[in-house]
Amino acid sequence: MTIFNYDPRLVKTKNSYPKGPNDWKRFFSFNTDAKVIGIQYIVTALFFLLIGGLLGMLIRGELITPPSDLFDPTVYNGLYTMHGTIMLFLFLFPILSGLTNLLVPPMIGAPDMAFPKLNALAFWLVPIFSIILLLSFFVPGGPASSGWWSYPPISIQNPLGKIINGEMLWIIAISLSGISSIIGAVNFVTTIIRMRAPGMGFFKMPIFIWTVLAAQLLQLLGLPALTGGAIMLFFDLTFGTSFFRVEGGGDPVLFQHFFWFYSHPAVYVMVLPVFGIFSELFPVYSRKPLFGYKFVAVASFGITILSLVVWVHHMFYTGTPMWMRNLFMFTTMLIAVPTGVKVFAWIATLWGGNIRLSTPMLFCLGGLFNFIFGGITGVMLATVPVDIHVGNTYFVVAHFHYIIFNTIAFGIFAAIYHWFPKFTGKMFYEGLGKVHFALTFIGATLNWLPLHWAGLLGMPRRVASYDPEFAIWNVLASIGAFILGVASIPFILNMVSSWVRGKSAPPNPWKAIGLEWLLPSPPPHENFEEDIPTVLNEPYCYGLDKPFVEDEQFYIEKSLKKI
Amino acid sequence: MNTKIRRLKKKNFSSIIIIIIAVVLNVVVSLLMGYWSYSWLPIQASEAAHYVDNLFAFETTIGTFIFLGCTGTMAWILVFNRAPKYDESNGEPLEGNLKLEIIWTIVPLILVLGISTYSTSVNYKLENLGSKIKYDFGAEVPFVEEKKVFDYGPIDVISRQWNWEFVYPNGIHSSELHLPVDKRSNFRLITEDVIHSFYVPAFRLKQDIIPGSVITYSLTPTKEGVFRLRDAMFSGAYFSENQTNVIVESEEIFYKWIKETVKKEPQNGLNPAGRLYEKRLRNGNRGWATVKPAPDPKVNEVGSEARLHDS
Repeated sequence: MTIFNYDPRLVKTKNSYPKGPNDWKRFFSFNTDAKVIGIQYIVTALFFLLIGGLLGMLIRGELITPPSDLFDPTVYNGLYTMHGTIMLFLFLFPILSGLTNLLVPPMIGAPDMAFPKLNALAFWLVPIFSIILLLSFFVPGGPASSGWWSYPPISIQNPLGKIINGEMLWIIAISLSGISSIIGAVNFVTTIIRMRAPGMGFFKMPIFIWTVLAAQLLQLLGLPALTGGAIMLFFDLTFGTSFFRVEGGGDPVLFQHFFWFYSHPAVYVMVLPVFGIFSELFPVYSRKPLFGYKFVAVASFGITILSLVVWVHHMFYTGTPMWMRNLFMFTTMLIAVPTGVKVFAWIATLWGGNIRLSTPMLFCLGGLFNFIFGGITGVMLATVPVDIHVGNTYFVVAHFHYIIFNTIAFGIFAAIYHWFPKFTGKMFYEGLGKVHFALTFIGATLNWLPLHWAGLLGMPRRVASYDPEFAIWNVLASIGAFILGVASIPFILNMVSSWVRGKSAPPNPWKAIGLEWLLPSPPPHENFEEDIPTVLNEPYCYGLDKPFVEDEQFYIEKSLKKI
Repeated sequence: MNTKIRRLKKKNFSSIIIIIIAVVLNVVVSLLMGYWSYSWLPIQASEAAHYVDNLFAFETTIGTFIFLGCTGTMAWILVFNRAPKYDESNGEPLEGNLKLEIIWTIVPLILVLGISTYSTSVNYKLENLGSKIKYDFGAEVPFVEEKKVFDYGPIDVISRQWNWEFVYPNGIHSSELHLPVDKRSNFRLITEDVIHSFYVPAFRLKQDIIPGSVITYSLTPTKEGVFRLRDAMFSGAYFSENQTNVIVESEEIFYKWIKETVKKEPQNGLNPAGRLYEKRLRNGNRGWATVKPAPDPKVNEVGSEARLHDS
């Protein structure tokens, strides 16, 4: 029996906020219930997915023809900068924080997060910096338009010379986003380390919890570098300091180190929880134990550690000396090993299972399929000579969209469908879900697969116009992007109508193993309240006749409100 | 009992046959993809190109094998392991297999170490990048002695928001980059404002140009023709216009061009961004803020925007 470090006082502490009325108004208040905050995050983020997606479609509208004819190039630059920024900082990070908020406390048997007020603060920073970022569309000169990297000197050129400009608002928004993420990370890490149910040793935690821990530790290690870099950039832009300004003896390449030291691991911050989602869902929908649980768990930390020493692969052609390029090529390549362990474990989990192709499973399978592809192009990009040719071309754009949308967003959709009944208490419509999956998969493939060839032929990224030989790939991509836009319709329809008038969900509609499935749907305010279960095994023992918690029948009946 | 073992053996035998067929098929398709991958890339016009393309083809072959191996297995599972309707029973409860997992850790490790070693050897063959020397931005660009061997140069590559200018050792200024074929040319890469990138897809080479630093760079074109030089590091409003042509000629024609061009009077060189900016001003300066484009460079050889390129 593992020694558990669960602190029973945590249950006894009064939740800082009283149980509010169970009405829709709580979603618009400074509520400290992690489940409310989770939904606040997710809904806000999905709203920004629509805005970011709209900007994406405008970009594809411009690029459907070779000349720059839809917008002035300055407008195009602002649009693509805001597209990237919104998708990363207003959609992906918040939605993953939302899923983490919803899932961590019930999955580990905790009543709430360790610091509920900080948790609410971290969320309420999101609308604040989102508004700041969106306001930058309306300042003179337009929004930031130097790409989401915001490399100096281009980012500190400030053509109009005004103190308040798009770039300045962008830096403020990004710094606030960083602060919000740091607050969130402290909260998640503390909660996971201190508030697990009795018996839940590290090697009995769900993989999602492992990956969240790995990802949030990465936030704590990496984010200070970016936030520090952003503050220096702010000073260079606003007060004329010379951290990166060449005229004063600064070095613009220094910023690239600060930026990528965090922003490469940031990809893992986003993808690790999605690996967790895959690891949770594949066992459920193939009715099999997760293959090699311990390997999968430890691999997450392998990825965390390695991802801190790969950032220079974004700078292979900035004048980086040969030894450094070779070194960072090796470290980058090594990430393929723990990642490969995971991919193998997922496929082995599927092998010989009883596969049910429900909507969440379809999104998981689609995500895994795309991830294998994106992983392979990632290894290609890690090799220096190939990167020197295709770096900063559409090959990179295609590759990272394969990871960030075709894998991460697919995993997020899978998670939303899978846990929708648990947290709303309503079932979604399977048919609409499948339409959503089909449109998303076709749209995403059509959008990003052809762009690999545009990149291989030498079409640089971030261009507003291009030579006619790239036209065919861009036409296909634009059609794909518009299909993706259409795909949002069945999704919204499904979510809204299911939540309003869907069938009531039973506590465990998928017959899944896991603490959250021992709770009623939706779970009560403090999850297990006074009866915290004692965990006996990891939650993947399908068909193994191993009990999951002590006295499981009691919790099942309690969740059915029979007790 | 006996029949059961026999049936099991029979099943084993047929699955081995299926696996062998699948692997052979996968190898064939992967090799074909590797062979085909050369056609996805532009013309090979420098000595770097065939190294890069071979490496890319090698990676495409291995990548295809892994991709088809994994997704083929997934497809097999989806066809043969689907749960019948209303069947909610569990699958075979396999918890893991230490041997398989160790194999699956070591094989990728060897594979990526192999690929890294191969690309390291390519890196040492190419050796395009010379030295990177910092200097006082705005002051005159210092002379940098190139330690590496080259046949012609150094040519100053001056990048700006948003035009290119090339200055030859004999003082010629040109808007297009003329190079002799099969000779190693040497460059000093210079920027007057922000970061740009010297990228010629047909050469498979790219090098960022950093403000406040002068970077020396060498390459050998191996094919005559007209190739696009594209700025590959986002450099602001008219970034997409920041392109010009590289014209690779036989040594004879190249030296003839050098001799004749030096006599030409300097005139305004290529500057498509400048033209677009003038158009924007004429239309009421709408759009979001931008810095003004650099003025037209004064060059002996203007070149032509309408010139058709080979790749």
